Amino acid sequence: MEGNKVQIIQLAAETATQVSTISGNLGVLGYGLATIGPALGVGLVVSKTIESIARQPEMAGRLQVTMFIGVALIEALALIGLATPFIFTV
Amino acid sequence: MSISEAIWSAAGSGDGFNGPKIEDEFYPQAIWFEGSIFEINRIMLIRLLVTISLIIFFTILANRFRKSTQTGQFVPGRFQMLGELALNFVRKSIAHEQLGEKDGDRFLPLLVTIFFTVIGMNITGIVPALNLAGTSLIGLPLVMALAAYVTFIYAGVKKHRMTFFKTALFPTGVPKALYIMLTPIEFVSTFVLRPVTLALRLTMNMIAGHLLLVLCFTATHFFLFNVDGPFKAMAAGTLLFGFAFTLLEIFVSILQAYVFTLLTTVYIQLSLADEH
Repeated sequence: MEGNKVQIIQLAAETATQVSTISGNLGVLGYGLATIGPALGVGLVVSKTIESIARQPEMAGRLQVTMFIGVALIEALALIGLATPFIFTV
Repeated sequence: MSISEAIWSAAGSGDGFNGPKIEDEFYPQAIWFEGSIFEINRIMLIRLLVTISLIIFFTILANRFRKSTQTGQFVPGRFQMLGELALNFVRKSIAHEQLGEKDGDRFLPLLVTIFFTVIGMNITGIVPALNLAGTSLIGLPLVMALAAYVTFIYAGVKKHRMTFFKTALFPTGVPKALYIMLTPIEFVSTFVLRPVTLALRLTMNMIAGHLLLVLCFTATHFFLFNVDGPFKAMAAGTLLFGFAFTLLEIFVSILQAYVFTLLTTVYIQLSLADEH
């Protein structure tokens, strides 16, 4: 029991030092941030489409087409975020 | 060995696990004509294979159609049914829905070509032994985006002559002073961003999908063969994820073909539309 506790504390300490010295490409964080906006946008578009279809099921076909156009335009932003590291290499 | 060391080494943060690299995955070694502009590598071979299979598929289909109209046997077989379904999907629910019957049929050859090229080139990403989408390098999507670009400008100029550029760059019903701000935005969004996003959307979707699949399956290989002890069981998890992402890739391939064709149609429709 005591041994386990000591080991867990040791593990926590080691993890802490490893986190503080974390290294790698900053682009990873950048892409993570770049996905937030498009994610919210796609969420809004899809949720509104579902609401509209629930109100007027006979409009489902046209609403879905419009939704796909909107989602495609928003998705392009997220994918531009994915493309930027290849374009702006140091 | 402490617990943390075991975890870190099992997670592959040492020199054991090598993730996929862009230059290895998408720029494979040349097979023939190395160094010349006709260099053939794996992606080029896949593209040629897809082109040939599409030509064969549609030749057989066209022969079936012709034979059925000549003999008067209109009950289609299974193969012909599939072709009619796919072609009618592009014609009815993309072209006619957005452009109307007359203009829809006018631009149908381009739309059908784009739809089936994209679908064929995308689906190779999950076909065993090929495992790389023909559209995962920017060249092919760029060509198709340029075809769409030329077509929607042609459609606008043919119908409205020079007023097409006027209405595209100077939208009506806006105070004149706002044109200083609005015209550059309209120019960039219509004449620069449209083709660029068409090409980028397709390429980046395929690159991201391929990298995800490679990551899952290399991780499975790594856990199965390079890791000892209980962490070997992680291989089952990564294999399951790989399978799930393969299904997702099939969906994405078809969706991207649909979106590419639909956006081309919408751009043509926007330039055909009368002044508001």
